[in-house]
Amino acid sequence: MDTAMLIEKSALVLLLFLISLGVAAYQTYFERKLAAWIQDRVGPDRAGPFGILQPIADGTKMFLKEDFIPAKADKWLFIIGPGISMFTALITSAVVPWGTNLNLFGRDISLQVADFNIGILFVFGVVSIGVYGIMIGGWASNNKYSLYGAIRASSQMISYELAMGISAITIVMLSGSLSLNDIVKSQHGMNWNIFYQPVAFFIFFITSLAELNRAPFDLPECESELIGGYHTEYSSMKLGLYLFSEYTSMFVSSAIMAILFFGGYNFPGMDAFSGNTLAILSIAAFALKIFLFIFVIMWIRWTIPRFRFDQLMHLGWKVLIPVAIVNMLITGLVVAWNQGWM
Amino acid sequence: MSLQMISVILGSLTIASALMVVLSKHPIRSVIYLVITFFFISAMYILMNAQFLAIVNMIVYAGAIMVLFLFVLMLLNLNKEMEPETSRLGLISALIAGGTLFLVMITALRDTFQYGKGYTALKTPESGLVENLGNLLFSKYLVPFEISSILFIAAMVGAVLLAKREKQVID
Repeated sequence: MDTAMLIEKSALVLLLFLISLGVAAYQTYFERKLAAWIQDRVGPDRAGPFGILQPIADGTKMFLKEDFIPAKADKWLFIIGPGISMFTALITSAVVPWGTNLNLFGRDISLQVADFNIGILFVFGVVSIGVYGIMIGGWASNNKYSLYGAIRASSQMISYELAMGISAITIVMLSGSLSLNDIVKSQHGMNWNIFYQPVAFFIFFITSLAELNRAPFDLPECESELIGGYHTEYSSMKLGLYLFSEYTSMFVSSAIMAILFFGGYNFPGMDAFSGNTLAILSIAAFALKIFLFIFVIMWIRWTIPRFRFDQLMHLGWKVLIPVAIVNMLITGLVVAWNQGWM
Repeated sequence: MSLQMISVILGSLTIASALMVVLSKHPIRSVIYLVITFFFISAMYILMNAQFLAIVNMIVYAGAIMVLFLFVLMLLNLNKEMEPETSRLGLISALIAGGTLFLVMITALRDTFQYGKGYTALKTPESGLVENLGNLLFSKYLVPFEISSILFIAAMVGAVLLAKREKQVID
């Protein structure tokens, strides 16, 4: 690995870090404005024009609040919990291809930090360890509501991971690769996977909502039953990190959904452009898709009421997993037929 | 830093966290140290260029099985008074079982010394990549692979049968 590559990758990592945090901050603003719009209110409008400085005010408030650790809490685990949540939310962006190669200073720069040949499995690995942040934080708080939140989160995430994985396998079958880069490249132009796998997309979208702990699956922080769920005892920036990690994962999982089903950075008519124009347009197309997904996720939150826990388990195990398996079998048969194996 | 150095550091970290699993007093902390141990083992796999194995180890062991461990331990309220009395017979049998396992591990270790001490690069660095692994699993090792998957299904059916209550009536 040469020095220039090291520098460009580090710059990309730093840039992604800042962008993820910035997007997460402005998602909170966007969510509040959207909620206000849906409920026919004005929303935050005091800090700056149209309340545009609201996220900065919120962040400052979070930092300045008293940082409180309960006396009977497991101190180290209590501190580590939010950190794990934030870490897992941020690290997934390492395998996301953000656009076609950019040409800067005579070098071809790939807009993907790490091109694993198993990128999609890396995403699932991170998703599966993401539950630790909530579990450890909830347990370490030494509060029964927090513990209930943690237990709900873990059982929910384990149940929905299965359907999520099975629905994503169909995409791997179609593109013949586990690398996110190859998956995006196989959807060149308008040849998006959503036209071949609408059922898989539907399952993946629902399970993503559950993995994100977003409404209608936000049972781990169900305020009408559990006060604040797993972060009941948290205050100051530790609480801030939990809330922030939710928005960061929302951003990243929107990106993953766009990659798997909506062609990632591909857009119709992309063959007419080349070089840096194509790179910038592809980034813009990708950003637009991510924005639309974030919008839909927020729209759902303010539209659909929360599931009951037994309904959640019923939906996960008895509806989504069987449908995903049947979908996978049909895809397998069609792929085998097309390849001439049958 | 050479690969040799990295493998030594990783190895000692793995052993240290594995020891902490046994030595830490609180079961929840033990589980967390076990998760950390799995991460170090995954790192070892990556060092040997077996990316697929590393990620699967992370998804299956660190991500799923350990979450279930943690889940069960959080529900059990473990403290000193509830600790069951261990009989002498149980102690001796545990000692014998543990000692036998240790012996097996020592024998497995014996072979590694023929290849020289410490880290040695694989003869074919690509052998751990998913394409090669898939080709091997579905050609040379097809029968063992399928038999082990049947074993998994049998275990799953057994678990469901155990968990199922007799004549559950839901109205």
